Amino acid sequence: MSVKVGIPRALLFYEYYPLWKAFFEELGAQVIVSQKTNKEIFNNGIKSAVNEACIPVKIYHGHVLDIKDKVDYLFIPRLKSICKGEYICPKFCGLPEMIKYSINDLPPMIYPEIDFMKDKKNLKEIICEVGKYFTGDSTRILSAYDKAYLNYKAYKESVNKGMIPMDGESIIKETSCSKVKTEDTKKIMIMAHSYNLYDTYMNMSIINKIQSRGVEVLTPEMIDEEYINDYVHKFKGNIYWTFARKLIGTAMYSIDTKNVHGIIYISTFGCGIDSVVGDMVEKHIRKESNIPFVLVTLDEHSGEAGINTRMEAFIDMIKWRDTSENNISANG
Amino acid sequence: MKITFPLMGNMYIALKAVFEELGAEVIIPPKCNKRTLELGTLHSPELICIPFKITLGNYLESIEKGADTLFMWGGSDPCRIGYYNMIQEEILNTLGYDIEMICGEPFKNLKEIKSFLNKLSKVSNTSNYFKLLPAFIKGIKLIYEIDEFDDLVIKTRPREMIKGEVDKLYSKFEEEVNGAKGYKETLNIIRKKKEELKNVLIDKNKQVIRIGIVGEIYTVLEPYINLDIIKKLGNMGVEVHRSVTSSEFIKEQIDFLPFINSNKEEVHRAAEPYLNTEIGGHARHTIGNTVLYSEKDFDGVIHLLPFTCMPEIVAQSILPTIEKEKNIPVLKLILDEMTGEAGYSTRIEAFVDLLQRKKEAYTQ
Repeated sequence: MSVKVGIPRALLFYEYYPLWKAFFEELGAQVIVSQKTNKEIFNNGIKSAVNEACIPVKIYHGHVLDIKDKVDYLFIPRLKSICKGEYICPKFCGLPEMIKYSINDLPPMIYPEIDFMKDKKNLKEIICEVGKYFTGDSTRILSAYDKAYLNYKAYKESVNKGMIPMDGESIIKETSCSKVKTEDTKKIMIMAHSYNLYDTYMNMSIINKIQSRGVEVLTPEMIDEEYINDYVHKFKGNIYWTFARKLIGTAMYSIDTKNVHGIIYISTFGCGIDSVVGDMVEKHIRKESNIPFVLVTLDEHSGEAGINTRMEAFIDMIKWRDTSENNISANG
Repeated sequence: MKITFPLMGNMYIALKAVFEELGAEVIIPPKCNKRTLELGTLHSPELICIPFKITLGNYLESIEKGADTLFMWGGSDPCRIGYYNMIQEEILNTLGYDIEMICGEPFKNLKEIKSFLNKLSKVSNTSNYFKLLPAFIKGIKLIYEIDEFDDLVIKTRPREMIKGEVDKLYSKFEEEVNGAKGYKETLNIIRKKKEELKNVLIDKNKQVIRIGIVGEIYTVLEPYINLDIIKKLGNMGVEVHRSVTSSEFIKEQIDFLPFINSNKEEVHRAAEPYLNTEIGGHARHTIGNTVLYSEKDFDGVIHLLPFTCMPEIVAQSILPTIEKEKNIPVLKLILDEMTGEAGYSTRIEAFVDLLQRKKEAYTQ
């Protein structure tokens, strides 16, 4: 029987799953992913994580609980830095420890440290470190990684073209998506960390909600990284968080190219990064443009009606802007 | 030019003396108070941590007093501190204040100390290293002296024979040190007060409870944020040890120099079984020092952190395991602008009570 590796469907799963999955499968392992986030995963996560953690980290705990008894290994990489000169988030740096000390009876964890703060020199070592759990043959490990990387690149390209990775399972197979497109559709940019954006339980299917009203959705993943970097260079100050660079760059791109009719920022309560970035983005958009902006903060209380109302109002306002903005009666 | 900087415990005494040595006019923000925090909170992003809000409040109150140049620490720690100066500058500009921000980076090597000195030269209008370097060294020396003085205060307070004597001496010290100008005067006052402190009558044989304080640097060092926990504990007859102090912090930054020794390695070694990497802020120190306190027979540990503090949340999820494995009680206190003093005091009292009973049971 092949070795089973468990990957929790949370946090950077939505960015890297195609890479990890292909890599492990090339090495003959069976990849087990936790179910899509559901009520049980959500509640268990909240129960087992420390109170003050943010919701995405709590949900991660729930996903670990969901698969820990079904697998031989848990893959929980310590993601410190994925780009030169940038960090992700302190909680990502300490994730293996948070899991280890919050959840009992865990299978062995594979937790390589990914730290490209200075350079990517040790990438090869990391790959071999992970691969040696499955084979002693380092050539095989490296060629497995090469194949996995191609898979990952193909995935990134299709997201870049407008595919929305709604759920992990179909991430790889899915080549088309539920895009709504006619000539005069309105476009809305939905900004968030990928785990807030693509976890449909967490955000109460916000993307679907908007698409079903005939509005096209853009996400930061659909903006070319090069553009994002170009714009961020113009931003005053040193941006050293990868998420911050991506989100601020996206906002600046949208302001400059006027490619969207509205911007929605989905944040979660207790997110240290959003407390800074959400604020910077909002101020910047309001100062530099007249694009309608709304910040939605999600927390442990999933009141869907509130989200629906706000999204409907936001979309109505955008549609209304076109037709009646200049025709308001002065008498009210 | 009138320069100001945010408050972090007694750090202001050294900063003030350094800037005065360099010939700048210094405006010290009013001691942190309710208004400081309210002002800061009003203009800050909603969910940012309390150190940000209170330091912004410090600026606003200093600007009211005439300050036009702000000094702040920067850097690129994974935590939010590195973004402080950028957002605060933006907020102040939006409010219509024409200010200049000078941002010091953490010293990681000689080059950065040099770049810090260059920034100091902006303040003093001199780029002469023979003037800048001595001022810099004097500042560090003062920080050491103040921390030594504070440690003595902490040791004396729970053992004083006449209640309130140390507190009285301390407020006198603050008053006098605020009136002092430059390095020499400041140093003299600290030394004089230290002598006075040594003359305070103490009960040498008193059995006191010992509590170690760990956590994020602002919440440990700024008495207004932590509702004066160190004084409170001292007056309850508890000897407190701060794992985070300005002098230790600076020592850790510059311990690549041959004659500086910090506890960093010891702390990291102690933390190793639980967290063997740097994740930003003081998380690794929180873990390591909690382990060290348990080994040094402290009775308990108090963990101070700002609400939503990212690195400390990681530490917080590890601490219950250390508490169990090392058999040392840990009280966690999360601080923000909503922290109510009554509930906070109750928890501290209950914790001290628990430790006292535990100790009594043990000695019997």
